[in-house]
Amino acid sequence: MSAINLLIDIVLLTMLVFTTIAIVRSRSLFAIVMLSGIYSLLSANIFVVLDAVDVAFTEAAVGAGISTVLMLATIGITGYEQKKRRSISRITPLIVVFITGAVLVYGTLDMPAFTNPSNPVHEHVAPRFIEQSPTEVGIPNMVTSVLASYRGYDTMGEVIVVFAALIGVLSLLGIREKKTDPVYTEPPPRPILQVMAKFMIPFIILFALYVQFHGDFGPGGGFQAGVIFSVAIILYTLTFSQQDAMDLVPPWVLKRLAALGVLIYGGTGVVSLLKGGNFLDYNVLAHDPIHGQHYGILIIEFGVGLTVACVMILIFFAFISRGDKNP
Amino acid sequence: MNFIIDALSWACLMLGCFLGISGAIGIFRFDEFYSRAHAASVTDTLCVLFIISGLVLQSGFNLVTVKMIFIVVLLWLTSPVASHALIRSAYQTGLKPKLAITRKESSKRTQS
Amino acid sequence: MILDLYNYWVVIFLMMSGFYTLIASNHLIKKIVGLNIFQSSVFMLYISMGKVAGGTAPIAAEGIDTYSNPLPHVLILTAIVVGIATTSLALALVIRIKESYDTVQENEILELDRISDEETQA
Repeated sequence: MSAINLLIDIVLLTMLVFTTIAIVRSRSLFAIVMLSGIYSLLSANIFVVLDAVDVAFTEAAVGAGISTVLMLATIGITGYEQKKRRSISRITPLIVVFITGAVLVYGTLDMPAFTNPSNPVHEHVAPRFIEQSPTEVGIPNMVTSVLASYRGYDTMGEVIVVFAALIGVLSLLGIREKKTDPVYTEPPPRPILQVMAKFMIPFIILFALYVQFHGDFGPGGGFQAGVIFSVAIILYTLTFSQQDAMDLVPPWVLKRLAALGVLIYGGTGVVSLLKGGNFLDYNVLAHDPIHGQHYGILIIEFGVGLTVACVMILIFFAFISRGDKNP
Repeated sequence: MNFIIDALSWACLMLGCFLGISGAIGIFRFDEFYSRAHAASVTDTLCVLFIISGLVLQSGFNLVTVKMIFIVVLLWLTSPVASHALIRSAYQTGLKPKLAITRKESSKRTQS
Repeated sequence: MILDLYNYWVVIFLMMSGFYTLIASNHLIKKIVGLNIFQSSVFMLYISMGKVAGGTAPIAAEGIDTYSNPLPHVLILTAIVVGIATTSLALALVIRIKESYDTVQENEILELDRISDEETQA
């Protein structure tokens, strides 16, 4: 790592430390949520410095975007205040934390140096991925090829976890459509914001599609694209009203599409089974293994993007429809 | 020629950094919400312009330049709107600017 | 020496601050924020391990032969999205707790629980 990169890394990490101290010390929940947004943005910058562009992309979209909005929706319901309390002393947690931290620091003294190419992490399977994936899978972005092809099972598990979280949120909160509510009133128009949002949303959606289908060649993929797409809808909901957004993308459609995404992923595996390969072995999908890999990755990334986008939008709908009910 | 381009881009970068830092100082030093938001939003756009144009001069004309110009356009569109939304919601929740109160008070004093 | 391990030490600091927030705070949402800090410190640890000196982002290009390790990136990329999904589940639980107990302070919830237990026994 060059000297200037190391300097940027250290400065950003130090800023992260100060942000964390501010989060721990602050009493205002609103400030805590905003600071955790800043925390996510800083960590996304650090990921860029550490060469993890795909991860930085995801962290910026998820951490600074959706996570902050969901936290704000929640504290809008639970209230901004944090009461003081003196029943438990702070000494015991501090002692526990210091002892654990000291043990961990003692453990790092045996760790190999940061960025050393001969670290054990880089000795095992990583060289095979780096050397073979451009010829075996045939796409330049190794993160996508490892994500969708070599570790396809793992990613399928993650998609199912996201889907299961959606089921949990919907069964806890549910989505209340506002049409039947007699006391519901239209929010006041916000012309500047609405014009701006109308202008921006097509570009955000275009960018999401670019990220989705260009993920084989540059940073991007289904997870990031899904999150960016849902950000477009969330922007629409925030500037217009919940009713407008629910007319645009009805929740019952989203529920079916989220399930469809998981089905596309699993179905690709079943198709490859039927064609005589292993589960999620894309080599058999076309006459040529490389083409098969291309098709397979494109299809399952589409499934991932569909599920993630629908899940994020539905979770957001669930939170805000609950919020308006209890002002 | 190289020297001139380097000097120009460094001048741009330094000016951008100065604007950014002065905006940050403004956020911390001003005593009231509206002047803080004003300090941040006014310096923001020009700071972005100078820093990105410094970087464009460094990179030469290629695809990266186009992407950076896109960044400028995006930030110029979103940053003032975000400041507008922030200040508008602050005003609607009942936070009054200090200046308005003092002017009203002073006019009352002159009337009486 | 210090520079070699600086990233890891920052990770440990972040992890311990998240842990402290989790056990010392009384407010459920602040606990969730602490859990998020803990989680993202683990992300930072993985990504720090994946970095190789002189490497670039793991996207194959002409004339580059050193890449950073793509495997941690894959693991963390999916972990972030799963993290927000589980965080939203936790927040949904907090909303339900607020609706049934009318508070999100841990000691008040425990107090209400104790009172209702005594009532059922009596």
